[in-house]
Amino acid sequence: MPEMTLVEAVNLALARAMEDDPDVVVLGEDVGINGGVFRATVGLQTRFGPERVLDTPLAELLISGLCVGMAAQGVKPVGEIQFMGFLYPCIDQLVNHASRFRNRTQGRLTCPMVLRTPHGAGIRAPEHHSESTEAMLAHIPGLRVVIPSSPERAYGLLLAAIRDPDPVVFLEPTRIYRAAKGEVEDNGEALPLDVAFVLREGRDVTLISWGAMLKETMAAADALAADGIAAEVIDLATLKPYDEATVLGSVAKTGRCVIVHEATRTGGFGGEIAALIAERALTSLLAPVARVTGYDTIVPMARLEQHMMPSVDRIVTAARKACQFS
Amino acid sequence: MTDGGLPVIARFEVRHRNYLAPDGSINRPLPAFASDANLITALYRAMLLLRNFDRKAVALQRTGRLGTYAVSLGQEAVSVGIASAMRAEDVLLPSYRDNGALIWRGVKLEEILLFWGGDERGNQFSGPVEDFPFCVPVGSQAPHAAGVAYAFKLRKQPRVAVCMFGDGATSKGDVYEAMNFAGVHKLPVVFVATNNQWAISVPLRLQTGCETLAQKAIAAGFIGEQVDGSDVVAMRAAAEDAIAAAREGQGPRFIEAVTYRLGDHTTSDDALRYRSADEVQARWKEEPIARLRNYLVSQKMWSKAEEERLAAECHERVEAAVERYLATEPRRPEAMFDHLYAELPETYAAQRRQLAGEGDA
Repeated sequence: MPEMTLVEAVNLALARAMEDDPDVVVLGEDVGINGGVFRATVGLQTRFGPERVLDTPLAELLISGLCVGMAAQGVKPVGEIQFMGFLYPCIDQLVNHASRFRNRTQGRLTCPMVLRTPHGAGIRAPEHHSESTEAMLAHIPGLRVVIPSSPERAYGLLLAAIRDPDPVVFLEPTRIYRAAKGEVEDNGEALPLDVAFVLREGRDVTLISWGAMLKETMAAADALAADGIAAEVIDLATLKPYDEATVLGSVAKTGRCVIVHEATRTGGFGGEIAALIAERALTSLLAPVARVTGYDTIVPMARLEQHMMPSVDRIVTAARKACQFS
Repeated sequence: MTDGGLPVIARFEVRHRNYLAPDGSINRPLPAFASDANLITALYRAMLLLRNFDRKAVALQRTGRLGTYAVSLGQEAVSVGIASAMRAEDVLLPSYRDNGALIWRGVKLEEILLFWGGDERGNQFSGPVEDFPFCVPVGSQAPHAAGVAYAFKLRKQPRVAVCMFGDGATSKGDVYEAMNFAGVHKLPVVFVATNNQWAISVPLRLQTGCETLAQKAIAAGFIGEQVDGSDVVAMRAAAEDAIAAAREGQGPRFIEAVTYRLGDHTTSDDALRYRSADEVQARWKEEPIARLRNYLVSQKMWSKAEEERLAAECHERVEAAVERYLATEPRRPEAMFDHLYAELPETYAAQRRQLAGEGDA
């Protein structure tokens, strides 16, 4: 199996989906000849033509609205928004149309669309290019929010998202677009949505994260192992709807949980997981649930951004504290 | 050509279309379809049915049997004229005030009542299954229309998307973004702005600095036409031309239907707060139903007996629909989960069971 980067796996999945299904259309700003600002769509226009790999005008609301219209006709649009900070004009379409199309027409019309966008900080990009507001999206009923953390899962989950009969927002962890490498077999097999992946088993503490932060979370698990602490690491992968059973099962086993996300703390998705554990697994808990998150600030520009994002040290400290709690 | 010493590189014009004067007399030679008595009386029947339906819907709302409702009073010619020029396989993307178009396309009266009565089943449309439901967020259906039209073009289908919105919607980026894209790709889509002079309480002069809404199409690279929206013959003729051009691959068109909202914005609104009764009274002289009736009578295409028969028919049809609406069995509360996703994820299935009283999620 060839080794590739996460962004190459995204490209591979798009090509496979377009090859397998003539209804799949890729659209967005610069996705054509330029192959996308991160090269996620490179080569697709040459291969599938400008009608199926469509350079749109610079208008994000339009991209998401076009997707709704195409999807209602049975075309399977995969829209690209260049950075998550530019996703906000699409929120009207996601909240008011895409996510509720099936419901408001009682199944007469559906919206099988995918909206892809890079997610998160750590790439020394300009202002508005480092957003991680996934909790806002995960709050929308009827939507799916998916975020891969490896090339293999980027390939399998993107195929699943494109084949899903409902709208999916697919958040691609920008920081590990090229840093994450792995073997990916182009076998056309999707990975399941709504399912969390246990990346590492352990009995002492559960570490839950998603996207790029799994890099630090896995490194923290290594550091903890050197101390004799066996951490179980869960990649949540789908945030809406999320795999409650895997979370609760792991916490029942370890009795301790640290949730790690890059997004700001207040109203972040970590709060949802902590609430679930408080409601359904309180008697299993041996320590308070901890959150290691971005601070409640605007994502700083390049010179300070690394100080906002959770570090391996912060995760290790939180996990140790949980393990020492009596 | 020069203008102030600088060369003029482009000039544009906007045409206005009208055939029937407010008294029903003819301003210019009518289009061919106007001599088809069946068709032109069908337009009349549809407008009168809509007015009857509106009246009943307001009565239902006032007596607590319907939710907030948006009447078409005074602008019946727009939705009827537009829809009558569409083919069954075309797709309509309506705003919340386009009942007349939906009814013409085969949506049942009781379905419309169900929607305004607070039941999603009203959007199920047993009739035109690919038509879009009412769009409440103003103008946000315009990008959908461009997407639908792109799908038609991609699949080489000779179909047209028809997108209807009000004058207020033309102030939104959504509408311009959709028109701009449609212009770039010469998509088979017709945008129809019902300019009824008021976006709730905001008059047109505060909505736009433009002389016409039709000229907004110029910036998107296609033809915009202003049409007398109280003249159903003009509306139908303009729609026919625009839809035919779109179907033939000539790209999008924009129709500004200039009309007047004689009623309140919705049953929750009181238009007397922001406009005078005199203004409204003056506009009643231009309204579309009397205008067409005057024409039909002058052409001996319509009689008092037919009018009475039609009034009775409309009454009967509306009352029967109301009966079916009121007799519709309510859904179980847990039905709110039924079409949330194609397959309900387990975590929400537990909430559904809780709502159904089958367990505590």
